[in-house]
Amino acid sequence: MNIHPATLLVTSLCGYVIGAVAGLLFLRHEKLANVLSFGASTVAALIGLLAALSFLAGGVGAPVPQFELLPSLIPYIKFTVRLDPLGAFFLLIVSLLGFALSTYSLGYAKGFFGRKNVGVLGAFFNALLLATTLVFLADNIWLFLIAWEVMALTAYCLVSFEHEKPETRQAGVLYFIMSHIDAGCIILGFLLLFQASGDYGFDSLHGLGAKMAPGKRDAAFVLFLLGFGIKAGIVPFHIWLPAAHPVAPSNVSALMSGVLIKTGIYGLTRVCFDFLGTPPLWWGVAVLTVGTVSAVLGVLYALMEHDLKRLLAYHSIENIGIILMGLGAALMFLHSGHLVLATLALIAGLYHTINHATFKGLLFLGAGAVLHATHTRNMEEMGGLIKRMPQTAFFFLVGAVAISALPPLNGFVSEWLTYQALLQGFGTMESLWRLVFPLSGAMLALTGALAAACFVKAFGISFLAQPRSEQAKQAHEVAPSMLFGMAVLTGACVLLGLFPTHFVRLLDPLTQQLIGQQLSAQLSLADGLVLASLAENTGTVSTLGIVLMLVCLLPIPFGLWLVFARDSKTRRGPTWDCGQRGLTPQMEYTATGFSKPIRMIFKALFRPRRDVQREYDFSPYFATTIRFESHVEEVFERRIYRPARILIIRASRRIRAIQAGSIHAYLLYIFITLLLLLLFAL
Amino acid sequence: MNLDLSAILAQTALLLLLAPLLSGLIKNWKAKLQNRRGPRIWQPYFDLVKFLRKDMVISEHASWIFTVAPYVVFLTSLSAGLLVPMVIARAPMSLFGGALALVGLMALGRFFLALGGLDPASAFGGMGSSREMTLSAIAEPAMMLAIFTVAITAGSTSLSQIVLASQGPGWKFLDPAHALAFAAMFIVLLAETGRIPVDNPATHLELTMIHEAMLLEYSGRYLALIEWGASIKQLVLMALLANIFFPVGLAADTTPAAFGLGLVFFVLKLFVLAGAVVFVEFTNAKLRLFRVPDLLSAAFILATLALVSTFLFR
Repeated sequence: MNIHPATLLVTSLCGYVIGAVAGLLFLRHEKLANVLSFGASTVAALIGLLAALSFLAGGVGAPVPQFELLPSLIPYIKFTVRLDPLGAFFLLIVSLLGFALSTYSLGYAKGFFGRKNVGVLGAFFNALLLATTLVFLADNIWLFLIAWEVMALTAYCLVSFEHEKPETRQAGVLYFIMSHIDAGCIILGFLLLFQASGDYGFDSLHGLGAKMAPGKRDAAFVLFLLGFGIKAGIVPFHIWLPAAHPVAPSNVSALMSGVLIKTGIYGLTRVCFDFLGTPPLWWGVAVLTVGTVSAVLGVLYALMEHDLKRLLAYHSIENIGIILMGLGAALMFLHSGHLVLATLALIAGLYHTINHATFKGLLFLGAGAVLHATHTRNMEEMGGLIKRMPQTAFFFLVGAVAISALPPLNGFVSEWLTYQALLQGFGTMESLWRLVFPLSGAMLALTGALAAACFVKAFGISFLAQPRSEQAKQAHEVAPSMLFGMAVLTGACVLLGLFPTHFVRLLDPLTQQLIGQQLSAQLSLADGLVLASLAENTGTVSTLGIVLMLVCLLPIPFGLWLVFARDSKTRRGPTWDCGQRGLTPQMEYTATGFSKPIRMIFKALFRPRRDVQREYDFSPYFATTIRFESHVEEVFERRIYRPARILIIRASRRIRAIQAGSIHAYLLYIFITLLLLLLFAL
Repeated sequence: MNLDLSAILAQTALLLLLAPLLSGLIKNWKAKLQNRRGPRIWQPYFDLVKFLRKDMVISEHASWIFTVAPYVVFLTSLSAGLLVPMVIARAPMSLFGGALALVGLMALGRFFLALGGLDPASAFGGMGSSREMTLSAIAEPAMMLAIFTVAITAGSTSLSQIVLASQGPGWKFLDPAHALAFAAMFIVLLAETGRIPVDNPATHLELTMIHEAMLLEYSGRYLALIEWGASIKQLVLMALLANIFFPVGLAADTTPAAFGLGLVFFVLKLFVLAGAVVFVEFTNAKLRLFRVPDLLSAAFILATLALVSTFLFR
């Protein structure tokens, strides 16, 4: 097949447009709208996937297609699109997720038939995919910002899709405000860049940092870190994420957690590695520290959740933190001139980016399937689903193992690369700053282990043991198209886990573009079976080898069975109930109980509070009713956001005084502003 | 890539056969110190055979996770053992993973064991799973920092490379960094193998139990696999400590003489470490669950100091 990636790209973009239009055209025919809009996005995403893969497989030096999408009538604004390696990598992520999610949505949207307008859902879903794709491909500040804004607005509409619930409306507004703060920061950052370059095209921005005054360059970095960081959900700007992601329809949650927050990572990578030039040390330290803090706090808050989708949303914060650890280490290496190590750290961060997209997308789809079947997000009302939804349970388990960074799946591979980069960073500098590397490595270990604890909880409480509610007992397996969507992402998790050396080859053009290094040859040993960290004697791992090892050892337990246990019988019996007849679901360990030790150990952070009210007749040991409440304080909400909100409301009351409603006063304001602007221009 | 099949087979056999002996030895010595006669040191072998022959009762609430967990626990411990140099300086599977893969494999086993604890809908199992996952999470940073310290001085995360580096020139026996890292790792060893200040391996059906609580519903050959896996894990961690921090007497090649000498040294080192574990168990009481994090943060601080001393005392 010899089709130019640019042709594929345009076809894919047209597909999304068709899907969006079809959704709007058939508002009244929900079945038709569902099939047409999600069908179109499935095809479009598949073509986008082909475009990204065929471009990246072209290797280093493949021609970079650059063309104008639409003729523009306004002078500065050009709708220029460019498929470079970095953009192509993120195009790969959005198309892969888009494909899996669209097929999933074909079944999932049926749950809305007769209740909500599926045509609107499909239209916005396509528009969001289109805008996100354009963010990754924009070659002009204007196009980038327009796509960015469209992305934020369509995402807002999708978050508020079920707007009849007050919780959803609140989350939607919070998301709307936060995404506009981030857009504001990004616009200011680009203005600073524009001041130095004098042109809106990205062509004039490459390596611009060398020409900028250090102060302005630092200011631009801080603005971009804030703007893209809010989008990515770094602590302490994360609060919109656990509010907005869970209330959206699950296919949209998966898209938001899997791809949308990655636009922040894309922006940061593009700006730091492409535009701003060799960074000072503190940039790297700042990104690494932010990443470490986000990772640890994200997973700690995730542990406190028993709302399945909120739990997953907090894990997105954690994983963004892990990605930023890789990027921060890369910036530190760039500063000290260790280009090979910088490449290794960048690969680690970007590898984790695609990994997180696959397993988090998968987990959100699993949570969506559970929500579809049980109509609850509360884990305390699930249980026993593995028997009622066996395929979904299996897919969710794969996602859980992957996100817990356990071998042999993909989360382990990218965290392994991150560890290697951090470890080798220790020797690159003489100053005390080098302690940052191993300490964030230790925090990464804590994060990984806590994530494993959290997913033992998430999987164990939701899917294992007895059903804890009537809905869970009535649950049933979901439609084949939904299972297919999950299967695609499960396959991606396994492939990215078992064949890392093959995947790293796709990153060669990218690292060549950003740092001028290619590492795939150095990272691969034994015909690609073994992943090495730069050299054989600094550390190797082979996930495929580990699987082979486990399989080859399997005859041992089987042999033991043959020799000793052939005559033994297996009997089903009740679980040990301490002699009381009948074990009820109420006696099972709960999600809240499961995370209690962690709540107690980190009580300085959580400040757990509990109220117990008991009513009794004659002795407190024989209570007639007990009311139990337990809370965890949301530090950021209470300490930062609530005071800020009060302050803003108070300030706006003051400002309201000048809005008297009299047209004469307004004319005066306009006149004064005009005068001031004229004076400023002189 | 060349895999030495005989080395793989030899190490697998060593892991399978030596692990129960080590458990038996620790039990026997502990009993002796407490003025009891105690079980024979071969008792764990008899127990395993008995478990293997017994019929099984599986909870009616359990799913396939319950069945898979024992195999995962057993196989991950065993394959983790193949990454660690034991008698020969080069571990048979060292190309497939180093310290990080070892930690990952043990975490995989723990993940499934904890799920197996939750599966039969018993409150005991959930309690054990919750505690096991919490404590292992708190132990993880200390372990990783200690590993980092050793890996930094050796310039590699491959365990064989670490051991080989320690045999080269310029390696000082128990310099401050290694001594501190060893202390941190020893505390982690106590936590990971469920030894006394953290968990009491002798309790059954008590509310303080951690590891045993997860196994409560297991019987027959599944119990055998888990018990065997746990003792292999103990052997692997002890071998790790013994060979990384005291790399004396490791065989450089595979001649029978060198191998025999290496084996003698290896077993002796394990005996000394087992003695240390018994001594700690004998002189301490089990800590309250919420005091264990204090102990593990002490391990973390020791490991941090170890790391700092890698460039302070050079």
